[in-house]
Amino acid sequence: MAMKKDLLSITDFSKEEYLRILELAAEFEENPNQELLKGKVVASLFFEPSTRTRLSFETAISRLGGRIIGFADPDSSSSTKGETLHDTIKMVSNYADLIVMRHPLEGAARYAAEVSDVPVINAGDGANQHPTQTLLDMYSILKTQGTLDNINIFMVGDLKYGRTVHSLLQAMSEFENPIFNFIAPPNLKMPPGYLHHLQEKGIRYFEHEEFTDIISAADIIYMTRVQKERFADPIEYEKVKDVYILNNEMLKNTKPNMRILHPLPRVNEISTDVDANEKAYYFEQARNGIFAREAIISHVMNLK
Amino acid sequence: MEAKDNAKKKLKLKVSAIKEGTVIDHIPAKNLFKVINILGLDKIENQITFGTNLDSHKLGAKAIIKVSDVFFEDMEINKIALIAPHAKLNIIKDYEVVEKKIVETPDKITGIVKCFNPKCITNNEKITTCFKVIGKTPIALKCKYCEKITTEEQIRMI
Ligand SMILES: [Zn+2]
Repeated sequence: MAMKKDLLSITDFSKEEYLRILELAAEFEENPNQELLKGKVVASLFFEPSTRTRLSFETAISRLGGRIIGFADPDSSSSTKGETLHDTIKMVSNYADLIVMRHPLEGAARYAAEVSDVPVINAGDGANQHPTQTLLDMYSILKTQGTLDNINIFMVGDLKYGRTVHSLLQAMSEFENPIFNFIAPPNLKMPPGYLHHLQEKGIRYFEHEEFTDIISAADIIYMTRVQKERFADPIEYEKVKDVYILNNEMLKNTKPNMRILHPLPRVNEISTDVDANEKAYYFEQARNGIFAREAIISHVMNLK
Repeated sequence: MEAKDNAKKKLKLKVSAIKEGTVIDHIPAKNLFKVINILGLDKIENQITFGTNLDSHKLGAKAIIKVSDVFFEDMEINKIALIAPHAKLNIIKDYEVVEKKIVETPDKITGIVKCFNPKCITNNEKITTCFKVIGKTPIALKCKYCEKITTEEQIRMI
């Protein structure tokens, strides 16, 4: 039997696999309804609620003609009755052809993949990985910029705990000549491990503490939320809470090709007056998630 | 010089010689029992002598273990590298040292060490830990599951 394919961490895939998935995503955008999962059962196991991610996956599965079993929150799952993750996965992998799972503990998806005989797709494991988000982010960059090479990406907000920016940094550093600009408060800066990774690859990056007209160089502005819970001292939060908010006025001198991404949900870090600007791309980005997930499912299950 | 010779003689008296087997020297005294544990010496019936809190220029206080009729595989002995990185092995045959070995930090550590991350699945379900050794001096271990890095100061044995 051939080795099964899983998607657990963005670094599990090669650049060639990223490109293959992005190519498939474009095909699915062209023609989203393809009965490739007809007769197949997909388990959607959300040990932690995430309506947005779950609906995106379940839409992708439905558009591929698959059937869905599973649970949407931990209260309805057997784990609250004390069943181990091991036993839940063992059982479900006997029922389903694919497992999509979200879990609050880090490394849960990799462990599940070891236990399961069927492919596992990680839909988020605590603060660790959320690789399907990264692939939909890449698809959004490719669609709006026409390439993944020579992209100047500004990452803004919580760069310390934000797993989406970490994974996107890892994935984009596989492409030609990216430039990274990090805008974050001092206590939420990009961790040294990731900066070291860029240094080793000879990739240019710049760190800033506030928004200025430097964003006129951006091809992509990737916004994230600065959460109050991340600050030990509420005064520190008060000081920075309005510093990392993007409004329409600030976009005046930005490049015509520039697009704003955000993993959603947004709170106030992008003011609503940006929404009507053609540079606001976050809702289309969420829509791209369906095609990226159809592509990922096809790739791990060798449907195409 | 003379003092050093005397110290050596004293050490010899403290820990008696063995005919066949392995002498593990230069173990940090505080980790002696961990070494015994990791090598499973508490579960075998061979003769074992050990000395601890012996003077060492390098380690401050060191320990030494002599195990009769046991010859370790490299893979087995390298497990102690995390807690006794300067350990030296003397392989004894008929009271003579026939081979000297040093421990080497392996590239992968399975079991033995706990992941420092409380939110790691390995700390919440019965799973054998597994780390890639990404740094040897100082030690840095990358968890296969949560992908977080456990540093030398954070290392806890299972
Ligand atoms: Zn871990």
